[in-house]
Amino acid sequence: MLTETTRQTVQHLVAAQKHVPGALLPILHDIQDALGYIPAQALGNIAQALNLSRAEVHGVVSFYHFFRHEPAAAQVVQICRAEACQSMGAEALWAHACSRLQTQGGTSADGAVTLEPVYCLGLCSSSPAMVVDDKLHARVDADKFDRLVAAAGSAA
Amino acid sequence: MSFKIYVPRDSAAVALGADEVAAALLAQAQQRGLEMDLVRNSSRGLFWLEPLVEVQTPAGRVAYGPVTAEDVTGLLDAQFHTGADHRLKQGLVDEIPYLKQQERLTFARMGVTDPLSLADYEAHAGFAGLRRALTLDASVVVQQVLDSGLRGRGGAAFPAGIKWKTVAAAQAAQKYVVCNADEGDSGTYSDRMTLEGDPFMLIEGMTIAAIATGATQGYVYIRSEYPHAVATMREAIDKATAAGFLGADILQSGKTFHLEVRKAAGAYVCGEETAMLESMEGKRGVVRAKPPIPALQGLFGQPTVINNVITLASVPIILARGADFYKHYGVGRSHGTLPFQLTGNVKRGGLIEKAFGVTLRQLMFDFGGGSASGRPIKAVQVGGPLGAYVPECYWDLPLDYEAYAAVGITVGHGGIVVHDDTADLSRLARYAMEFCAIESCGKCTPCRIGSTRGVEVMDRLKNGDHQAEVLLRDLCDTMLHGSLCALGGMTSNPVLSALNYYPQDFGLAASVAKVV
Ligand SMILES: Cc1cc2nc3c(=O)[nH]c(=O)nc-3n(C[C@H](O)[C@H](O)[C@H](O)COP(=O)(O)O)c2cc1C
Ligand code: SF4
Ligand code: FES
Repeated sequence: MLTETTRQTVQHLVAAQKHVPGALLPILHDIQDALGYIPAQALGNIAQALNLSRAEVHGVVSFYHFFRHEPAAAQVVQICRAEACQSMGAEALWAHACSRLQTQGGTSADGAVTLEPVYCLGLCSSSPAMVVDDKLHARVDADKFDRLVAAAGSAA
Repeated sequence: MSFKIYVPRDSAAVALGADEVAAALLAQAQQRGLEMDLVRNSSRGLFWLEPLVEVQTPAGRVAYGPVTAEDVTGLLDAQFHTGADHRLKQGLVDEIPYLKQQERLTFARMGVTDPLSLADYEAHAGFAGLRRALTLDASVVVQQVLDSGLRGRGGAAFPAGIKWKTVAAAQAAQKYVVCNADEGDSGTYSDRMTLEGDPFMLIEGMTIAAIATGATQGYVYIRSEYPHAVATMREAIDKATAAGFLGADILQSGKTFHLEVRKAAGAYVCGEETAMLESMEGKRGVVRAKPPIPALQGLFGQPTVINNVITLASVPIILARGADFYKHYGVGRSHGTLPFQLTGNVKRGGLIEKAFGVTLRQLMFDFGGGSASGRPIKAVQVGGPLGAYVPECYWDLPLDYEAYAAVGITVGHGGIVVHDDTADLSRLARYAMEFCAIESCGKCTPCRIGSTRGVEVMDRLKNGDHQAEVLLRDLCDTMLHGSLCALGGMTSNPVLSALNYYPQDFGLAASVAKVV
């Protein structure tokens, strides 16, 4: 069940955009911006407002990699694993991150960090690249990774 | 006396600490009682020098880079704001060979101006194309684009003018212009740089497209991995609208064009134009069969111009300087310039705008200075994740759509990813197949199922089952000929090029190599 405030947030965001042509994606973005994920319980509200079936909305949410089905940890680390970053050691960086954060990708066992792959951040000339809590970093090696994650962790 | 200084706001500069450099400069200038005018310009695209800080001197702008926040004290101590010597000094920015040897048409303002200053944009030839277009008949505008020889920069290289002509001729109450800013390819960022670094140029190009075709509503579909681009573009649209360059009565011409940003949601296939339309309509990004073509039945079933960012951004200069001026650049049927994006394992990675006809070797060695690791370069992937791995025998071929297609290489969006001799091409080929499996929209079997089987077959090959090679080739053939769109169809490019040119990486004898 959604809390009353969450339900109201969803309803408010849906109402704000429902008349926009092709409203579903903008609405889903607004919900994720506000809540950090798209709660399964919100799908019904969205479907009703847009005159769609719940299955259709679910089909859309699950099609796109960007939408989260559950909240991320307080700290989110994304590492680019696409070709240009691979050519400069992104796979070793990913392996290092996995062992440091004790996860194979996804949220770590202690729930502190969510580690995710991304496929190109447009920083390919200064690879490898990553994102820590919405901040971009380029030319990342294992040392820089440790520094950035420690700094972000202590700030949180 | 106040001194003027430029610190880029481009994402790639920010990712290397440009914001911290700007903050340190402001703080220290204040401490020292120096009066400073700090401009956040866009990037010149010389990424090995980012953050590249420039100071205005009577002789021109002097560049220092790469600058970190820790360097700021030393730079100010050395009086760098007067253009003084320092170990990071790169000299006059316009004289840096990497920049000087380029032919910058669309990227002429990049790094020069403040991206969100309309005054700066107009002072640097901005809106000259739009103003001229407003004096011409719509059909003349279309003809200019046709005559320029401009072909789509998003991959398929279809003539932009023909598309526009189709939309212009279509009868409908509502037409649209959609800019494809999904830029999902690894090794490409020229769209991102344009959105962040010269957004008014794209707005101008889209407005010209609208006037030429009779569209009154436009959308820029930007990938979610580019939050800075989304924010900059939204701000630029607001400013352009407030100043009368967009909206109900563009520059008192009676013409209307409204523009909006739509944020994508992390599906590679939504870069394919019909999947993008589905996505914008609020559906899953599943590819549509053509016909009907989007020029006749596109967004919400209406005639729609769909072009890549760089295609649309090339239009203002064509209108401002004339079709012949643009057409004069290039070779064969590849006219104009392309912002090549030199990335990966290379010493001086960056954006190089050159006329078609330049070679990979010139880009990688004359501009790029060879590999970053100092090791020999082994393979270069050109044209994104669906592009071929190009071996050395083709590095002297002129970059030209037809010359490349003749040997099975796609120029695509101009992305160049360099790998040194430590790269394992069987691993990269497997990655390409897996990428197709993950990103497939699911509409057709060869792509949806074939890519998954392809990964399995490649694993068998890697484990020494040499019979699997025949199966893999067969599968690639099926995907190539049986797929509805280029995602499934072109995955054979990286896979087969790796297999053909680097068989030893698959544990196959070099003599088995079949060069296509
Ligand atoms: C799988 C796939 C992904 C694509 N991704 C992009 C993209 O990110 N950006 C782009 O401009 N075109 C992309 N395209 C090409 C578009 O379908 C379309 O040809 C292009 O946007 C048309 O614009 P242009 O004529 O200006 O190039 C992609 C095509 C395919 C098959
Ligand atoms: S080739 Fe793949 S991505 Fe393209 S339409 Fe078929 S299933 Fe979808
Ligand atoms: S490939 Fe990693 S940022 Fe482009």
